[in-house]
Amino acid sequence: MRHTISVLVENKFGVLARIAGLFSARGYNIASLAVSETLDPAVSYMTMVVEAEDEKILEQIKKQLNKLIDVITVTDFTKKEHIDRELILIKVKYSAKKKTKLEGILNKYVAKIIQHKGDVAIIEAVDEQEKIKQLLADLDRFGIKELVRTGRIAMAY
Amino acid sequence: MTGAEILIECLKREGVQVMFGYPGGSVLPLFDKLYDADIKFILTRHEQGAAHAADGYARATGKVGVCLATSGPGATNLTTGIANAYMDSIPMVAITGQVKTFLIGNDAFQEADVTGITRPITKHNYLVKDVKDLARIVREAFYIASTGRPGPVLIDIPVDVQQKDIEFIWPEEVDIRGYKPTYFGHPGQIKKAVRLIAESKKPLIYAGGGTITSGAYNKLRELAEKIQAPVTMTLMGLGGFPGTHELSLGMLGMHGTAYANHAIMESDLIIAVAARFDDRVTGRLDAFAPHAKIIHIDIDPASISKNVKVDIPIVGDAKNILGQLLEEIKKVPDTSDWRKTIESWKKKHPLQYKDDAKIKPQYVIEQIYEATGGEAIITTEVGQNQMWACQWYKYIHPRTFISSGGLGTMGFGFPAAIGAKMGCPEKIVFDIAGDGSIQMNIQELATCISNKINVKVAILNNGYLGMVRQWQELFYKKRYSYTCITGPDFVKLAESYGALGLRATKKEEVRPAIEKALSADNTVFIDFHIEPEEDVFPMVPAGEAINRMIGGMA
Repeated sequence: MRHTISVLVENKFGVLARIAGLFSARGYNIASLAVSETLDPAVSYMTMVVEAEDEKILEQIKKQLNKLIDVITVTDFTKKEHIDRELILIKVKYSAKKKTKLEGILNKYVAKIIQHKGDVAIIEAVDEQEKIKQLLADLDRFGIKELVRTGRIAMAY
Repeated sequence: MTGAEILIECLKREGVQVMFGYPGGSVLPLFDKLYDADIKFILTRHEQGAAHAADGYARATGKVGVCLATSGPGATNLTTGIANAYMDSIPMVAITGQVKTFLIGNDAFQEADVTGITRPITKHNYLVKDVKDLARIVREAFYIASTGRPGPVLIDIPVDVQQKDIEFIWPEEVDIRGYKPTYFGHPGQIKKAVRLIAESKKPLIYAGGGTITSGAYNKLRELAEKIQAPVTMTLMGLGGFPGTHELSLGMLGMHGTAYANHAIMESDLIIAVAARFDDRVTGRLDAFAPHAKIIHIDIDPASISKNVKVDIPIVGDAKNILGQLLEEIKKVPDTSDWRKTIESWKKKHPLQYKDDAKIKPQYVIEQIYEATGGEAIITTEVGQNQMWACQWYKYIHPRTFISSGGLGTMGFGFPAAIGAKMGCPEKIVFDIAGDGSIQMNIQELATCISNKINVKVAILNNGYLGMVRQWQELFYKKRYSYTCITGPDFVKLAESYGALGLRATKKEEVRPAIEKALSADNTVFIDFHIEPEEDVFPMVPAGEAINRMIGGMA
């Protein structure tokens, strides 16, 4: 099962390594990770998505995260009402005659062409993971050349 | 003040009287200040020895142990000792020199990424990049090392930070927002525990190292006597409850007593006090304590339900929580039948060995116990010597048994004995060693002699790496692959360092050698030529349920 976990940490060097170490030491991969400063520049907010085959190990990792001196709070969004979003940049094959079709698809999403140059266009989309998955499926026939995504960020009420 | 002066001043304010270490290029400014500082510095002969000595000092005294080494190899040599302290939750502050700040990451001479290397084996660590932060960091390091679930904290200080001048400001308060340990048990959980205790018929207390750390000795004894529950201890918990008490079942687990392990399997309520259900204790997990509800008292929330699912977790300090329980318990269970059953197990299946004309290691330890009246501090190495020391010496007081529990570090016992003796100079300190382990830090003989640290070392010399040999005997068809080991003439070796060397090759020489060692005003090595293929029994084979013991109860 995929878990979205957020960690509020001291904004200091080495903190990311401490957190990543708890996962890597147990052979756990972090699927995505987003880090940024908060309103308080001394505090950073990390959102990570991890695939947990064994919930017990994840439970242990969460407890170990809480034990880190530089960690202020740990939140698992899995069973919590929350909003999550991801920003994605997609490079697709582009030509003027495809424009209408492409825009027709993009209009169904929070997505737009931000730039096109020669035979490629770069599309920006912001949405939850399920929608992004659909968008990628819809864009498949245009020929996706490259994509970059920020990883999920999440916020609870 | 310079960074070096600030560090020394902070150490003094933290109450540091003794530290252990080794100089080097990246700690020259520090050593220059140590030269006239009012802190006793013990120069070991290897940095690993310094880390273990600081660890032994901490275990014997309850204070924070401090060790110091230079950058690069000095620091990497400390790491085994740091990992050892981490696994056993020992308060320690390790200070390392680092190359100059502008050289960090440059593959400079004697550079290693020490905060990186020690990240998974410290409770916390610091790289001091600005001398302004130094006093606060030292203060935090001591606070973190000694509070909550204790552990080692490392401070890495570049040479230029040691040299830089700045006004010294002592931070009176420590406030770390991400670190607020819980010390008192939740009242609701206490009530639930009290109810379970009252309803139980076969309660059993399973006490771990945290009982010693938290100073819960008296409270634990009070609780056991009040509810008339037998007490079994982990290796780390030995001394947390008097081994001579009628309710004591000694140690449990892989080499525990048969009656302790059976009590776990039969009990209907296990009260785990600051123990962490280590695999050497539980054996096969799904067969562990099948009839018992479990109350788990621990200061570390991450220890709760890590290995064994518990019914009533109580997070907090063991001493406080036992106090809370004692206040709340009104109705006590009737455990007379349970105690009778256990008494019969104790009679029928005591710890035993075949005593004959040869020197049996168990006999040596019994003789050390008798000769010291159980009042010595015993340190051990790792392997058979350690298990025999757990089984055959009865620990009456807390902080009298010092052994590498979690990490299982050979070479720990001798330097740990040095640390213990520095902390408790009035006590007899005996390291129970094997001929393999003692060779791992034998260089510390020089430390003993030059500082007049009179520790006694009993080498149970069987010419083997005995515990591994035992496993090869039992599980690898007696193929003794590289476990037959030679050593020096330990008597001559001791003498060459200026220590007293004694040897016992016959049983009747054992006690006189111990007496002579005890009366000698010197460091003593006693080379006991023991039965070479003596095994440690009982024994739970790896992966078995803990009542399926070789040499235990049927």
